[in-house]
Amino acid sequence: MLELDGISAGYGRAQVLRELSLTVETGEILCLLGRNGAGKTTTMLATMGLLPLTAGAVRLDGREISRLPAHMVPRAGLGYVPQGRRLFADLTVAQNLEIGLRARRSGPETLEEVLTLFPRLRDRYQQRAQTLSGGEQQMLATARALCLRPKALLLDEPTEGLQPSMIEAIRRVIVQMRETGVAVLMVEQRVDAVLSVADRVTFIENGQARESLSAEALRRDHALVERYVGV
Amino acid sequence: MEIGPYFLLATLEGAVTAAVLALTAVGLSLVFGVMRVVNIAHGEFFMLGAVIAWWVAQAVGGHPALGFAAALVIAPLIVGGLAAAADMTILKRLDYDPERTIVATIGLLYVIQQVTLMTYGPEARPVEAPFGTRLAIPWIEHAEGGWRLYWPWGLSTTSYKLAVMAAAAAVLLGVWALMARTRIGLVMRATQMDRGMALAFGIPVERVYALVFGLGAGLAALAAVLIVPIRQAHYLMGADPLLLSFIVVIIGGLGSLPGTVVAAVLIGLSDGIISVFFSPTLAKIIATLLVALVLVFRPQGLFGTRAA
Repeated sequence: MLELDGISAGYGRAQVLRELSLTVETGEILCLLGRNGAGKTTTMLATMGLLPLTAGAVRLDGREISRLPAHMVPRAGLGYVPQGRRLFADLTVAQNLEIGLRARRSGPETLEEVLTLFPRLRDRYQQRAQTLSGGEQQMLATARALCLRPKALLLDEPTEGLQPSMIEAIRRVIVQMRETGVAVLMVEQRVDAVLSVADRVTFIENGQARESLSAEALRRDHALVERYVGV
Repeated sequence: MEIGPYFLLATLEGAVTAAVLALTAVGLSLVFGVMRVVNIAHGEFFMLGAVIAWWVAQAVGGHPALGFAAALVIAPLIVGGLAAAADMTILKRLDYDPERTIVATIGLLYVIQQVTLMTYGPEARPVEAPFGTRLAIPWIEHAEGGWRLYWPWGLSTTSYKLAVMAAAAAVLLGVWALMARTRIGLVMRATQMDRGMALAFGIPVERVYALVFGLGAGLAALAAVLIVPIRQAHYLMGADPLLLSFIVVIIGGLGSLPGTVVAAVLIGLSDGIISVFFSPTLAKIIATLLVALVLVFRPQGLFGTRAA
């Protein structure tokens, strides 16, 4: 279970997150929805320890990971698929995955599992990451995070700019992760994509978590979506 | 003597400069590449290497090879350790902010230089070369009755100078292997490409930075130990290697190891040749002009890649 307990964070003097709280249960996909600048990506960065918290705490299975230095946070079992993928561009697919494997000393069987999820990466194994197509890069970014055998997975706009077949491939893997008991926290702009995969949706506004409701309820009543995301 | 033997002599001297310069510049390039820190104190780490080499050689005594071998190991280790400590106590506290680290390393430059002046003193002192057999080099000339070999007066090098070149080449190969073939090299390159993602995948970036800063300074110190039997140890000797290293790193492309080595050979050889035939000042003028041209026509350097 991933728990964000009243976290505040920001860039310099600009405070972005204001005592934001949310929890993601194990085996649950929670989706953050909100307008640009609401603090979705900042929530991800703060959870990963890449932005210092000014208040609050992040707990993973009860352990307070926000006290750890940034490089120890992933080792506690947090996998991160950042916005824009941010692969190690000059490194090969194999090397990108190796860095993921090393973080929590995962063995070759983890690598084998991940490559079974994304067979395309096996074909591109010795190719440099920057030579991959956009969809393949997103697969690699996801695979790299899965190499940590994460307890919780953070995905920041994983389907941004991808063609439908790629979106489907990524979606399948995310659902599969849920089945194995991973807590998935996801940021997504496209509401239809959210509703097809999420269990619960939390709306973010001005760096605060507003309403949180089941995807089921949201599918029935679109009014809330209009209120928090509509233009 | 005709021009040929002179030219060969100048090339050999230039090659020694190039070898030492390549080591020093690769250290600077590594630090900038991975950490984005412009290390103005790099020349002082070079100087410290030479001064510590003199101290070690004095302390060890006995056959010159003993003292030199000890210096070759001890000086880079001490300088690398000092640099890593400076990284952890100074640069880390500045969050590696590009402008503030420049000011901090300028401060470091003066601290190291003045402490050396206060302890080691203003004298220039030599370290005896471990070996230094004079090797005469033959040249061919056309005499009546055909070509013949002869030994022009003054055309010679020493076995030590050749050993410097070989040692530099070996160390550069080692650095390349470290970066391209080892796990720690992989971690360094990942940190260089994306510091935030390195952290997000459990790489202890602070430790990598301390290691890289120490390694960069250690390379400069090693270069200085190699050159100190040829040129003496002096507390102001860091200025020239610093300037030339920056020239080399800019021409070769910041952060590119092959580019740095090629540029070091180019600048080292031209420095040697122009210094012999014209004047050392002209050599520096031409090198600086080359930097200006590179910056105008190919700002990323000869081997650099343009930032996306």
